[in-house]
Amino acid sequence: RSEKRTQKALEGKMGIRFILMVNKQGQTRLAQYYEWLTLEQRRALEGEIVRKCLARNDQQCSFVEHRNYKIVYRRYASLFFMVGVDDDENELAILEFIHLLVETMDKHFGNVCELDIMFHLEKAHFMLEEMVMNGCIVETSKANILSPIQLMDKAH
Amino acid sequence: MASSNSLMDSLFQRSLEDLIKGLRLGESTFISRSLEEIRREIKLTDLSTKSVALQKLSYLAALHGVDMAWAAFHAVEVVSSSRFAHKRIGYHAIAQSFSDQTPVMLLITNQLRKDLNSSNEHEVSLALECLARIGTDDLARDLTSEVFTLLGSSKALVRKKAIGVVLRVFDKYPDAVKVCFKRLVENLESSDPQLLSAVVGVFCELTAKDPRSYLPLAPEFYKILVDSRNNWVLIKVLKIFAKLASIEPRLAKKVADPVCEHMRKQNVGKSLLFECIRTVFSSLSDQETALKLAVAKIREFLVDDDPNLKYLGLHALSIVAPKHLWAVLENKEAVVKAMSDEDPNVKLEALHLLMAMVNEDNVTEISRILMNYALKSDPLFCNEIICSVLLPCSRNSYEIIVDFDWYLSLLGEMARVPHCQRGKEIEHQLIDIGTRVKDARLELVRVSRALLIDPALLGNQFLYPILSAAAWASGEYVEFSKSPYEIAEALLQPRTCLLPDSIRAIYIHSAFKVLVFSLGAYFSAQQPTSPPLAQESTSSGHSMVNGFTYNSISSLVNMIELGLCSLSGTIDVEVQERAKNILGFIGMIKHEIAEKATSQNSETEGHRAIAFMEDVFSEELGPVSSTAQEKVPLPEGLELNENLEGLQEICREVLEPMAESDYSSDKVSFSVAKLRIRDQEEASSSLPPPLESSSLLAEHRKRHGLYYLSSQKSEDHNDREGNDNNTSNEYPPANEISVDSFKPKKKISKPRPVVVKLDEGDEPKRKPDASSSNDESLSRAIQTALMGKGKGKEKEKEIVKENHEMNVDTENIEQSSRREKKNKKNGERSSKRSSRRQRGKEASVTKPVEVPDLLL
Repeated sequence: RSEKRTQKALEGKMGIRFILMVNKQGQTRLAQYYEWLTLEQRRALEGEIVRKCLARNDQQCSFVEHRNYKIVYRRYASLFFMVGVDDDENELAILEFIHLLVETMDKHFGNVCELDIMFHLEKAHFMLEEMVMNGCIVETSKANILSPIQLMDKAH
Repeated sequence: MASSNSLMDSLFQRSLEDLIKGLRLGESTFISRSLEEIRREIKLTDLSTKSVALQKLSYLAALHGVDMAWAAFHAVEVVSSSRFAHKRIGYHAIAQSFSDQTPVMLLITNQLRKDLNSSNEHEVSLALECLARIGTDDLARDLTSEVFTLLGSSKALVRKKAIGVVLRVFDKYPDAVKVCFKRLVENLESSDPQLLSAVVGVFCELTAKDPRSYLPLAPEFYKILVDSRNNWVLIKVLKIFAKLASIEPRLAKKVADPVCEHMRKQNVGKSLLFECIRTVFSSLSDQETALKLAVAKIREFLVDDDPNLKYLGLHALSIVAPKHLWAVLENKEAVVKAMSDEDPNVKLEALHLLMAMVNEDNVTEISRILMNYALKSDPLFCNEIICSVLLPCSRNSYEIIVDFDWYLSLLGEMARVPHCQRGKEIEHQLIDIGTRVKDARLELVRVSRALLIDPALLGNQFLYPILSAAAWASGEYVEFSKSPYEIAEALLQPRTCLLPDSIRAIYIHSAFKVLVFSLGAYFSAQQPTSPPLAQESTSSGHSMVNGFTYNSISSLVNMIELGLCSLSGTIDVEVQERAKNILGFIGMIKHEIAEKATSQNSETEGHRAIAFMEDVFSEELGPVSSTAQEKVPLPEGLELNENLEGLQEICREVLEPMAESDYSSDKVSFSVAKLRIRDQEEASSSLPPPLESSSLLAEHRKRHGLYYLSSQKSEDHNDREGNDNNTSNEYPPANEISVDSFKPKKKISKPRPVVVKLDEGDEPKRKPDASSSNDESLSRAIQTALMGKGKGKEKEKEIVKENHEMNVDTENIEQSSRREKKNKKNGERSSKRSSRRQRGKEASVTKPVEVPDLLL
């Protein structure tokens, strides 16, 4: 069924499969997929994962197994950052990646909050695109990530 | 209405911000209204309006599940704008919504090419990003040369992204390797940390799929491992070495030292430390110093309060458990403590580790501990525990179980755990042990009896499979039970009406077996020449029923008759038929029983009838090998591949005689045999000799397909003699001791019972994964690339021929050799550098690393 199809779509690919930002009410604020999934597959996936993460408390570890891959997540205030990775990935490194992402956004927006992401979604996407390509982390320096964006802002 | 307002609309188009604000207000129709607006706006010619509309649509599609595939063409239009802002929006929409099925995919090839060749590095990077997300085979092929150029770009940003896109291009179009690989490898030597990070990331992914091809690059990776100070890079390189070292053991030795160095550092980051430990555990576990150091370090993880570290520590231990159990045993207390942790993930890891530690000596103790946990846990974890006890105990035909009596009572205990939902597995094991372990049958019957007589269990639907197994075992091995009357009573108790019909049918059938057995005992007890069966059962020892008096047997028969007569009118055909069969049999035999009490006639009809029935059930059911079906020789003239759809017509009209084959074979054989007896009874007074019933059985088997399959001998054996030599080939009878089933035990008082094993294997074979042809051609391409273009054409041809022998894809090779010639022309600029590098690489390659044969 659709689960099997989603599974097939995500099979055989390595590294980061998707990145989600979801708030505590379950509303998706950002969804970046590194593999093609249909709309229904995405919605189903997001729904299941969000439910799993929301059911956990702060004393529990930040890793959840889902089907044949892992979700590494962390909550910052009202927003959950969830990264789906394949089994081989280093979970602690992904946690650091999430933190790096948040710090980068913080540096750009100044005390980033959910509203910033909502109203400047394209900036958030841009940052992500600088950091991750084809599911691999290619850039980890905040300065390097932000310089193209800052250039663009100046040009406008 | 729409067209007249278009001017107004474009003047007052809602921006994305307005859209978001509107969404926040939460009107239910807002999205559909906005979609209408967007549809209008996006068709306008003005690119600014179009792009804002597209932007809004992308937002809705990403976060609110709106379909945007219909706007694909408009996205292409927007992307063709010269303004960067528009391009940005267009590419984002494309990356988000295009897939292999998008029809307008062809239109963007040229646009991408234009942007890839642009002098504005940001436009280039947009195009590269897009290609990375949506690249198809065609796009990858058409744009390979552009990517090649960009890999050598002077601008770091562009180069980095070009490296990033290489993965996708290689994946979709393996011939791109010919062109781009060299430059990719050059970037490994780059001192720019940005580039290094990207390149190493790409190689990490490539190596994971096909390690062997990248073995020659090991020296480069080694340098990075030793020199780099960047945690991200180091983690990736470690992963690469984990894959390489597992196929090249000498590499493991070389790499162990730098890895230990990293582990010993004072302020090493936890993520790096964890990666080192994981690398050691998975690929360097033969290196003693490294292993010991890693185990010492993982202990720090286990005792840390941070749940993440605890979880990861346990997870790492489970990697090393199979080969080095001592590491787990050393940390036993931490593992047991983790069993009661708050976090279910941690508990699960601890559970798996605990079961990894189980062996023959401690299986009882550990199972006891785990069952206690199970009783206290929530349903999910409780079933996890049960599952993880069942699995290792049954592995390899119950290898670690010495005391089957204890294990069977444990299975019975599991059935009584309130949250147990593992009925199927327990059922399977109960029956499996019954058929394989002869000596355990007494205990099995005892456990089954306890389960059957408890009326409370009949209300729990999760237990039905277990009850079905218990019923089957009680019937099949009734000779071991203390009180058949009790069993029959339990099988027919009123509460069994709660059972589903299929299981009810099993209950009834078992009751019939009990009845036959009891009648056999009754009739034979008063015989001067007792038939062998009664003797066997008494000789097996354990408190057998000595015999039935007239009163006891008639009360049994009456009880069964009473219990079943209400069922003779049930709706379910299975239950009805079985009930009626028994009732018919009872009707036939009843007056015989009464006669028995009065007369001393030894050869009564009743006795003969009973003897038939006993013969029916005298066959012992044993395990069947999973490969037995394949060994059946295909009969002549049987066309298996023909479509049987034509039969649908026929079957629909006639009531399914085919359905009978679905039922358990012994039930079918029983009813046919029974019918024949009845027919014969009615037809003539003279009765056929007892042997006939077995021949009937055999004949039936021949007709309906075997359920015990002979390995080489075909069905002709059955016609010759009526007895059961057709079952003697496929599996060793339970009395035989197979080589691997007997293990001498030191301190156990009772010898381990014999477990029947099948030589051909008991588990279903797992099919090997089919590797895609794309992966093969990619690895071939990489290998040819690494072998160097500096060598002569003959060598190439040789190698190409070798590759050709391995794979059948001739077309690809022709293409690649053509590409070689083309690149010889193109690559002249850097040929000097490349040949120098080539020589250097060869020299370094031959020394530390064992070179695969292809390179020599």
